[in-house]
Amino acid sequence: MTDLTYAKAISTTIAQAMRADPDVFVLGEDVSAGGPFTTTAGLVEEFGAGRVIDTPISEAAICGVAVGAAQSGLRPVLEIMYVDFITLALDQLVNQAAKAHFMSGGQLSVPMVLRTQGGAGQRAGAQHSQSLEAWLTHVPGLTVVMPSGAADAAGLLASAIASPGPVVVVENKVLYFRREPVPDPVEPIPLGRAAVRRAGRDVTVVALSRMVGEALTAAEELATEGVEVEVIDPRTLVPLDLDTIVGSVRRTNRLVVAHEAVLHGGFGAEVAAAVQHAAFDDLDAPVERVGAPFQPIPLSPPLEDAYLPGAAGIRDAVLATLGRVPTSTL
Amino acid sequence: MDRVGTYRQMVRIREFEERVKRSFAEHPGVIRGHTHLADGAEASIVGSIAALRPGDQVMATYRCHGYPIALGSDPGALMAEIYGRTTGICGGYGGSMHLADPAHGFLGTSGIVGQSIPQATGAAYAAQVRSAGSAARTGDVVLCFFGDGASKQGAFHESLNIASLWKLPIVYVMENNSYSVSVRVEQEDANAAAGEPLATKAKAYSMPGVTIDGGDADVVHATLAEAVARARAGEGPTLVESLVYRLSAHGNSIAPPGVPLHYPEHEAVTVFGDVAEYEAAKRGDPVPRYRGALVTGGVLDAAAADAIVAGAVAEMQGAVDFALASPDPDPAAALRFVHA
Repeated sequence: MTDLTYAKAISTTIAQAMRADPDVFVLGEDVSAGGPFTTTAGLVEEFGAGRVIDTPISEAAICGVAVGAAQSGLRPVLEIMYVDFITLALDQLVNQAAKAHFMSGGQLSVPMVLRTQGGAGQRAGAQHSQSLEAWLTHVPGLTVVMPSGAADAAGLLASAIASPGPVVVVENKVLYFRREPVPDPVEPIPLGRAAVRRAGRDVTVVALSRMVGEALTAAEELATEGVEVEVIDPRTLVPLDLDTIVGSVRRTNRLVVAHEAVLHGGFGAEVAAAVQHAAFDDLDAPVERVGAPFQPIPLSPPLEDAYLPGAAGIRDAVLATLGRVPTSTL
Repeated sequence: MDRVGTYRQMVRIREFEERVKRSFAEHPGVIRGHTHLADGAEASIVGSIAALRPGDQVMATYRCHGYPIALGSDPGALMAEIYGRTTGICGGYGGSMHLADPAHGFLGTSGIVGQSIPQATGAAYAAQVRSAGSAARTGDVVLCFFGDGASKQGAFHESLNIASLWKLPIVYVMENNSYSVSVRVEQEDANAAAGEPLATKAKAYSMPGVTIDGGDADVVHATLAEAVARARAGEGPTLVESLVYRLSAHGNSIAPPGVPLHYPEHEAVTVFGDVAEYEAAKRGDPVPRYRGALVTGGVLDAAAADAIVAGAVAEMQGAVDFALASPDPDPAAALRFVHA
């Protein structure tokens, strides 16, 4: 194990994949300089500009180039610098990458990885802070991954690069410089398997990405009040490890789903619907959801801080499932 | 170029498209959804593909029946795909707009206008990488076909910029048929409105741009041979504006249930009332035109030409028979191929 930041875990994993497979290459805006968060730092020095390609600011074309190159046998690792910019590449992702295997009756496959990052908290404003993963989970054919820490960022990315189909990895900008031990060499973590981050008997909290840490903070605080929270990190939204979530809910009988994206139409609604269907009789309280209000993200620090969901909201939601605070506070 | 072989391929595509069109009347209900025919573009398609060699690849648009025929795909499997049968080239998952046959170099299509252009550009990048890594695969080229309407998409402009910048081995073949469904090119293209060719767009990306008579297979082949040679040599992309006239309407009618689908008349007539334009286009039909050139040139005699037509008629009858006799897919197979 080596102590790495989340960002360094990503560049380390890409480098390991590029050493192992000459078909793996990186493309995106400013990738040879490392990008704004150093996630591709050092790659061009080792692999050269032929395999670490600075592209024009043309998200539609570079995503399409990745799709076409993948269909022709290469393994592109494409970076879309901010998930907010994915709007420009959505046709290539939604109508092309996600459907080529299906429409061709299995003749074509698109083994590409689209790495991007989202999340607020850096005073980046309404067009550089969003959490848009729910859009992606609505598209059959895409695998959607959201790592919450450095070790998962490495292991899930390794699996994504090895995947035979298109995988979108949504990283989080606030997590990039947090450190944790990462296996050396990086070991693939299977896609579609949740991680139980904390065991607890009273309430299950399913949290995505940055909210995993927030859920753990809330859980420690609640433990001092005698409430034991189980924190589950799905890690992969598509495919979703519903078995682990439902298994936990059958024991705790209470569920909170927490993500940073706006609640309205968020992935938490999908988890809540799936769990109530699978475990209706096991639920002792309505499923609570924690997320952002249905509004764009403001820039000014006091406004953004007021907007951003976190541990306090998760704590309230857990207590709501226990009947200790009214749900209307959410 | 094998000019007789070129004529044969043109006739095969024409007869295939005629059989698709006739299917709406002869076998009502067999084709559902959208079809878009390539009749009128045969010289452009076949002349272009004749410039390729094994290992080269093609991407195209939803008006895509002609390319795989010219590349060697089985017309029976193509017709069965258009009929939605399990023996279709894509098992019935794709249909008329989404033919693909990578084994014959046909990487597929996009039903979204212009969006196969970036993918073809990516395939050209892969070809460039293969060239660098293997003496056996040096110089593979990609042909990217699209219409004049697609040149108004951002994906077109972004892709041409990248291809020129990276000197990718690709030739962009814009089949300008003067219509985006029912809108004439002068109504939606700044070059056309200014009386300039659409190939002018190549200048913005510092690549050669040429405008040619896409109804003349020899001209198309000569132009593409030069552009393909340039791409193979690592000198980068070319934009070829190939002027064609689609002889059918944009696509079949999309009628409410109970009304048989059919092909309406061409938009020149139905929208613009310009019968003279359409009649002139019919007189310039590239298939009889090429036959005439070969017969008067002594390359082919009339009997041999008739035999080629008879061969294509029999072959496409076989394709229709095969498709009609093929079973529908098992509904249980609907969920296959979502993930690789």
